Amino acid sequence: MSERGFIQDRLVPVGSILMVILVIWYIAAYAMNAPFQRDFDRRTDVTRTGTEFLLATMSQPKPTMPAPHQVAENLWKNTLTVKPWSKRSLVYHSWITLSATLLGFAMGTALGVAIAIGIVHIPALDRSLLPWIITSQTIPILAVAPMIIVLLSAIGVTGLLPKALISTYLSFFPVAVGMVKGLRSPDILHLDLMRTYSATKLQLLWKLRIPASVPFFFTSMKVAIAASLIGAIVGELPTGAVAGIGSKLLAGSYYSQTIDIFAALIAGSIVAIMLVSFVDILGRFVNARMGAKQS
Amino acid sequence: MPETVISARNLDLTFETNDGPVHALKDITLDIAEGEFISLIGPSGCGKTTLLRVIADLEKPTGGTMSVNGMTPGQARLARAYGYVFQQAALLPWRTIEKNVGLPLEVMGLDAATRKSRIASNLELVNLAGFEKKFPWQLSGGMQQRASIARALAVEPAMLLMDEPFGALDEIVRDHLNEQLLKLWAKTKKTVVFVTHSIPEAVFLSTRIVVMSPRPGRIHEIIECDLGADRSLDIRETPEFLKIAHQVREGLKAGHSYDE
Ligand SMILES: Nc1ncnc2c1ncn2[C@@H]1O[C@H](COP(=O)(O)OP(=O)(O)OP(=O)(O)O)[C@@H](O)[C@H]1O
Ligand SMILES: [Mg+2]
Repeated sequence: MSERGFIQDRLVPVGSILMVILVIWYIAAYAMNAPFQRDFDRRTDVTRTGTEFLLATMSQPKPTMPAPHQVAENLWKNTLTVKPWSKRSLVYHSWITLSATLLGFAMGTALGVAIAIGIVHIPALDRSLLPWIITSQTIPILAVAPMIIVLLSAIGVTGLLPKALISTYLSFFPVAVGMVKGLRSPDILHLDLMRTYSATKLQLLWKLRIPASVPFFFTSMKVAIAASLIGAIVGELPTGAVAGIGSKLLAGSYYSQTIDIFAALIAGSIVAIMLVSFVDILGRFVNARMGAKQS
Repeated sequence: MPETVISARNLDLTFETNDGPVHALKDITLDIAEGEFISLIGPSGCGKTTLLRVIADLEKPTGGTMSVNGMTPGQARLARAYGYVFQQAALLPWRTIEKNVGLPLEVMGLDAATRKSRIASNLELVNLAGFEKKFPWQLSGGMQQRASIARALAVEPAMLLMDEPFGALDEIVRDHLNEQLLKLWAKTKKTVVFVTHSIPEAVFLSTRIVVMSPRPGRIHEIIECDLGADRSLDIRETPEFLKIAHQVREGLKAGHSYDE
């Protein structure tokens, strides 16, 4: 993509949407903060002009809905003006959540691939396992998470691992489903070809099924890594964890620090975008190495 | 007397499909001796591919028996008795041409040095030297098909099963590969079973031509056709050649049912 192409194809559309979101956000902030401000002004006997009132709704210390610039300021303060390892830094909290995410994602991906390989090779598993896997995903994570955390802490497992396990629980599913599809994607022609070579099951897996599943693998990992992040954040809620994006969300809601909540949400989104982009870029690189036509 | 390597006895094959049974092969009895070059010719849908697939153990007959090298087709396949060239090139898109040719050699567990020399010599044979590092989509359809022939030859099987390998190629390349194949066959004395739609190709290459007819697929006629060991493409102008070609054409006409 040329530079001009990039600006026209990506920056302009993405930028326009961002502008629209910001405008809506400001309007919403005004609308939601105005009642409190009006009430407050009446009680404290302050009279303001229209502009002053508008500005006041945008600068409340604990607004119902923080304005974008308040969130931006909070983010700025808590990422760039404090040391990354200080407890106040969002970088620190993001890192705590990220490490649980990555551990859970790695375990979930491995589990998903193992399940898919089993399902593709053992017909009994295909019929018996898949319904259970699908059922597992219909149980709301918010119900399961506290159970896992409490059960594990009862047997002395605390810290990173319980959170990671919730990530695993959420991320193995898309990988398993995607990989079953991917491992079954080779055409009959190629399966016949391998049969004329009398290839063993292992050779068939290694030389045909797995390479054929690579595009499916990366597509499902993109879903899985985003799910892992959600799992890790949810895992931080019931523990009353002291660190992590989830703990910031929880602390923010205890003390009605809406600006903090929003800043933590944005930090989480940034982490999510980085993770998904990383998987995406890795996928493109691997596909290119495997001879995919450049589009 | 050379040994019989492929022997079909009253072979029947019926596919059960959603629109009812399809009788693909009916009462096929055919013996192929070691070192023969057999062409299967016949209209589309007469069961040429199906017969080849039964020999290769890719399809199970529903009646009769098939033996390959005195074994069942399954045992022969496990013994790697044959190399198979499919109607389509069937290259793996994520492998370069050299890796594609090397695929069966990897499956066989050959060491890297052997693989390398076999890949090089067989790519040379089909005029694809220099394209080792290309991916299949970077090659024309004809080049892909040649790569798939190199892949089958690299196995160095005693028997070659080829399903219209040159069907997608232009005349010149086809002539060249016909000559190459004939030379290879004369040199190595491989048994070849070759499916084609082209009468001149069949007559030029074969020791015997099996003319098949459709619905149900059966053998209409077997035509002897030995034009001498070191023939060249010029032979196609000779009266003997044209006589056999005429015979094959008549056989095809007679076997073809027009009542549809
Ligand atoms: N797997 C299958 N299931 C059902 N029917 C099949 C199957 N394979 C082949 N047939 C049918 O069997 C008959 C013979 O097919 P086959 O592919 O052997 O013909 P062919 O002589 O190779 O034709 P062509 O010259 O077009 O390649 C056809 O009527 C075809 O529709
Ligand atoms: Mg065919």
